[in-house]
Amino acid sequence: MTLRKTAILAAATSALAMSAANADTIKMAFIDPLSGPFGPSGEAAYTSYLLAAEHINANGGINGDMIEVTGYDNKVNPKESLLQFQKAIDDGARYIMQGNGSSVAAALIDAVDKHNKRNPGDEVLFFNYAAVTPAFTNELCSFWHFRFDAHADMKMAAITDWIKTQDDIKSVYLIGQDYVFGQAVASAAEGQLSEKRPDIEIVGNELHPLGKVKDFTPYIQKIISSGADAVITGNWGADMQLLTKAAAENGSDVPYLTFYGGSKGAVSSLGDQAVGMLHQVSEGVTNLEANEEQYALIEEYKERFPDYDYYYHRVWNVMDMFKKAAEEAGSADPIPVAKALEGMTIEHAYGTATMRASDHQIQQPLFVSVVSDDVKYGVDNIDLGWKLVDNGTIAMDVAEQPTTCEMERPG
Amino acid sequence: METLVFGLLNGVSYGLLLFMLSSGLTLIFSMMGVLNFAHASFYMLGAYFAFTISGSSSFWIALFLAPVLVGLIGAAVERYGLRRVHPNGHVAELLFTFGLAYLIEEVVKIVYGKTSVDYRVPDLLNFAAFEVYGASFPAYRLFVIVIAIAMLIGLWYLLKKTRAGLIIQAALSHPHMVGHLGHNVPLIFMTVFGIGCALAGLAGVMAGNIFVTDPAMAIQMGPIVFVVVVVGGIGSLEGAFVASLVIGLLQNLAVGINASFADIFGFIGLSELSEVGRINISSLAPVLPFLLLVLILIFRPQGLMGEKEL
Repeated sequence: MTLRKTAILAAATSALAMSAANADTIKMAFIDPLSGPFGPSGEAAYTSYLLAAEHINANGGINGDMIEVTGYDNKVNPKESLLQFQKAIDDGARYIMQGNGSSVAAALIDAVDKHNKRNPGDEVLFFNYAAVTPAFTNELCSFWHFRFDAHADMKMAAITDWIKTQDDIKSVYLIGQDYVFGQAVASAAEGQLSEKRPDIEIVGNELHPLGKVKDFTPYIQKIISSGADAVITGNWGADMQLLTKAAAENGSDVPYLTFYGGSKGAVSSLGDQAVGMLHQVSEGVTNLEANEEQYALIEEYKERFPDYDYYYHRVWNVMDMFKKAAEEAGSADPIPVAKALEGMTIEHAYGTATMRASDHQIQQPLFVSVVSDDVKYGVDNIDLGWKLVDNGTIAMDVAEQPTTCEMERPG
Repeated sequence: METLVFGLLNGVSYGLLLFMLSSGLTLIFSMMGVLNFAHASFYMLGAYFAFTISGSSSFWIALFLAPVLVGLIGAAVERYGLRRVHPNGHVAELLFTFGLAYLIEEVVKIVYGKTSVDYRVPDLLNFAAFEVYGASFPAYRLFVIVIAIAMLIGLWYLLKKTRAGLIIQAALSHPHMVGHLGHNVPLIFMTVFGIGCALAGLAGVMAGNIFVTDPAMAIQMGPIVFVVVVVGGIGSLEGAFVASLVIGLLQNLAVGINASFADIFGFIGLSELSEVGRINISSLAPVLPFLLLVLILIFRPQGLMGEKEL
């Protein structure tokens, strides 16, 4: 065989192999930190996606196609994320998942919009599973973006509703990360507290650099000397863990009302002190009543990834909704999937979730839970775990917040 | 008042840690005339070694063994690396330590993973030493202060009161003369480099569980250590000591201040609503050491206690 013939044959077979691969795999790109101070946050979600995809594939995939989830490490850096986004697209991904850091999410929403405008027919969808700055489903909303986590105003509504019932809380300290998300949390807390409990005094409103503080002792001592009865924080990842570590060392024992107290290591660094003190608001709690299937899933996750705990329940909601949408649309192409996702409702282990069509913000019940030593599933490989507080269930319609989104939809 | 007491306590413990780290760097500089960019990497190695050793035996063994191991690695780096690079001049040495810092970081990532490891304060010291204004002061930090002061006295005694210290001091300023007197100057250099690295390793053992033990800890600590050495006066141990405490106190006290620029400069008409007026002193804390660095270089280039200018 001549060299030319060989070359033609090679080109033909590789083209064939490629088209076969494209028909059989739905490539999804996970763009989040897989190293550094927020590495564990990314890793816990990434492993959840891998397991969810594995289960879908084992049950015949989506319309017969297999899902392939690939991780891209963005180091929580918007610039790096855009490089990884381009890499993911070059690798053939049509769906991207990201959640750690609203600064990154903002850059990706913009990048996806631009990409879709310039490449009709090659659109990309962005499944945001954890970046909760309210603006993304309000003034910055986009048809290509779907958020599967309750945003900061919704979570804050759950926290302030709980505070409303706690008469002994007279003053509150706000501490957060100094970027768009931490600022959103602080302003949500100020606004909602002045409405629901105007008698509460906000004795501190502190923003610290994101992921840079290695020792929160000075901050904790400020909290202690302010005499606050409760602390509200949106901190996540290492910033959450180190905050609780310093709280334990310095003996700060007021209730901590958090968005992400479930961050790896936060409970274990507080130890027994966490009981009755560390609260979080989330869309699922492993120690809620659930069916056997859910218990089996929690146990399988723990067995497969012993360093982490089943925490990212919403990742399963992302994948279940995606599967249902692609099957309803009869296609895994982004535009039909996006249209099917609008207004879609699924039943998940802890309730019902609906993707609101007007702003692509998921609506679901939220749960306020607290660390307890009397639980079925512990976290951080110790016996302490999350338990629902009294009246801790916030119904879907109570958690719902209005939107100002005016979305441009493709023709 | 509370703010002041908390700031002083934390500032002193943080400052002493900084001194542990920077004393080695300033010793090495006065000896070889080269800023060791990889110095903070030895600090990181100390923390990781302590994590491994305390995992398989106990923290107390790690406290002695980890700095020794780091010191041996440092000595080997000097003997087989720096000494060969030395004839090619200071730039080559600088680039060598620069590359070494990256090399160590990548090796640590390969061995220990890219995320932080769970290196904890030993149970024996994991309690509140005393309480001030409702906040407790962890016993471990008190232990850090004690170890740092013990190290300071030990180092001072070694350098100023022993024969070996006299030879080291002489070798630092007049290496050829000392060599002609029959002392093995390269061996002295290697020893000093090893001791400097071991001190950084000790700081790593002490600090890795207060802060975070992850591959980024070297890069985060590096700039601060240089600030300490430059502000204190390059090559001056006393200067490094004063600068460490000043920077430790400055950073910790600043975090405790609630005032904004508008509160302080309100009398000249700076409004709470302007961009500058809204800046909080506490959010400036991470910048202060570098501000100090710039000011020192402008107004006192030889540092607080240094003899030679940069």
